[in-house]
Amino acid sequence: MRFSTLLYTIKQGFTNIFRNKWYSLASIATISACLFLFGIFYSVVANFQYILKSAQDGVAVTVFFDEGISDERIAEIGNEIQQRSEVDHINFISADEAWNSFKDEYLGEYADGFTENPLAASANYEIYIKDVSMQASLVAYLEEVPGIRMVNQSEITANTLDGINRLVGYVAIGIIVLLLFVSVFLIGNTVTIGISVRKEEINIMKYIGATDFFVRCPFVVEGMIIGLIGSIVPLGIVYLIYNNVIGFVLNKFTVLSSILKFLSVQEVFHVLLPVSLVIGVGIGFIGSFITVRKHIRV
Amino acid sequence: MITLDHVSKSYSTGAPALNDVSIRIEPGEFVFVVGDSGSGKSTLIKLLLRELLPTSGSITVNGTDVGKLKHRQIPKFRRNIGVVFQDFRLLMDRNVYENVAFAQRVVQVPSKQIRKNVPSILSVVGLAGKYKARPRQLSGGEQQRVAVARALVNEPPILLADEPTGNLDPKNSQEIMKLLEEINEKGTTVVVVTHNREIVNSMKKRVITMNKGVIVSDQKEGSYIDEI
Repeated sequence: MRFSTLLYTIKQGFTNIFRNKWYSLASIATISACLFLFGIFYSVVANFQYILKSAQDGVAVTVFFDEGISDERIAEIGNEIQQRSEVDHINFISADEAWNSFKDEYLGEYADGFTENPLAASANYEIYIKDVSMQASLVAYLEEVPGIRMVNQSEITANTLDGINRLVGYVAIGIIVLLLFVSVFLIGNTVTIGISVRKEEINIMKYIGATDFFVRCPFVVEGMIIGLIGSIVPLGIVYLIYNNVIGFVLNKFTVLSSILKFLSVQEVFHVLLPVSLVIGVGIGFIGSFITVRKHIRV
Repeated sequence: MITLDHVSKSYSTGAPALNDVSIRIEPGEFVFVVGDSGSGKSTLIKLLLRELLPTSGSITVNGTDVGKLKHRQIPKFRRNIGVVFQDFRLLMDRNVYENVAFAQRVVQVPSKQIRKNVPSILSVVGLAGKYKARPRQLSGGEQQRVAVARALVNEPPILLADEPTGNLDPKNSQEIMKLLEEINEKGTTVVVVTHNREIVNSMKKRVITMNKGVIVSDQKEGSYIDEI
């Protein structure tokens, strides 16, 4: 194919958008509406999972040691735990630190009556896990480690967080798949209408002796441009809304800012931007490619 | 040039649209194919353009066995046949120049050459001064002239015209036929499918008459046969 022919077919794709401006606007609006819903939904789910993850990060398993255990063995146990794949990081709390913390929190000046550390056997490791779903396997391992007297865990918290996390994940996948199906259906219909209107044009091209590529290229270019615009518009709107809503929530409900941590707009768009662009352009490409194929066999 | 050898075409229902048709059209001939609705004229055109395949028999156009063409070979095959339709089939959103240039772009003629060829063919059909006009700004006869220019710009050896005067008044019909005759005189084989009695009778060309899918008459300098 000549380069000038390729340029011509691409140029025709752009020209077609203006030539059929109402159809183009309808297609862009359809793709924008679907991707806007997708963007909003993704932002909510991403933040929800981020908040859950923050909550999970606070969940720790605590291990206490046998009486009279040596400092070397405690260090060895610490190393072994650190090697485990489930473990994110560990904190060593010595008996003195445990007592001081307890005193400060509960006893205050009444603690002066104690001459010895009543929590002498309470040195421990706080073990923070990468993912709460891994807690059970880690606990099973810790209970078998020589030198460990007791393993404290918050099973309910871990299970609840893990359950919510899974549920949100499944619901999110379900809704996203549903949204994509609706998008493909709506966009497919719009493209079909647009191309049916130009069935005559395709017929003329074929009678003159146009190759399938020559017929298809302008439509595909047009579909991809519509898809691109249809994804940029909602991305812009979501960007504006996101920044304003997060700012509004944190300003209006200052108490929430200490409990909830939201993702920054950059973090959300790190995923949302490429995914939306790929979906928009992809749907435009696939929609026009398939629909033209139906009419091309003349 | 064009050979149909015992060609039949049946659709899924009803009687065959063409039944054991054999025709031979030599290079440079001017041929009318006439007949009533349902006589098989349109099927014949579709077979020649390889829009349909024959149920049996073989069709050869410019030495190509049409039945053996692969899908990807069809575009190149069609570039040897100019087509003119009753309803003109112009691209309504493009001007006269663009409609004709479009046929050249399809066959990847360089832009420089297109700028030379299009005005030249427009002057042949008498529309050089209206190259900027949109089809809606033209009369039916002028629109058909644009369609003829589009069909001829790539200099195909064959021109098929399917009811080219069907939407035109007698004056415009005569003019279009005169144009087709001039084109034929320059060497292009012209096949005109029509049921316009006056035109057929006035031109004294070869007339193939079809009825219910069979050829009932093939006259060298023929006329329109009414009752078969």
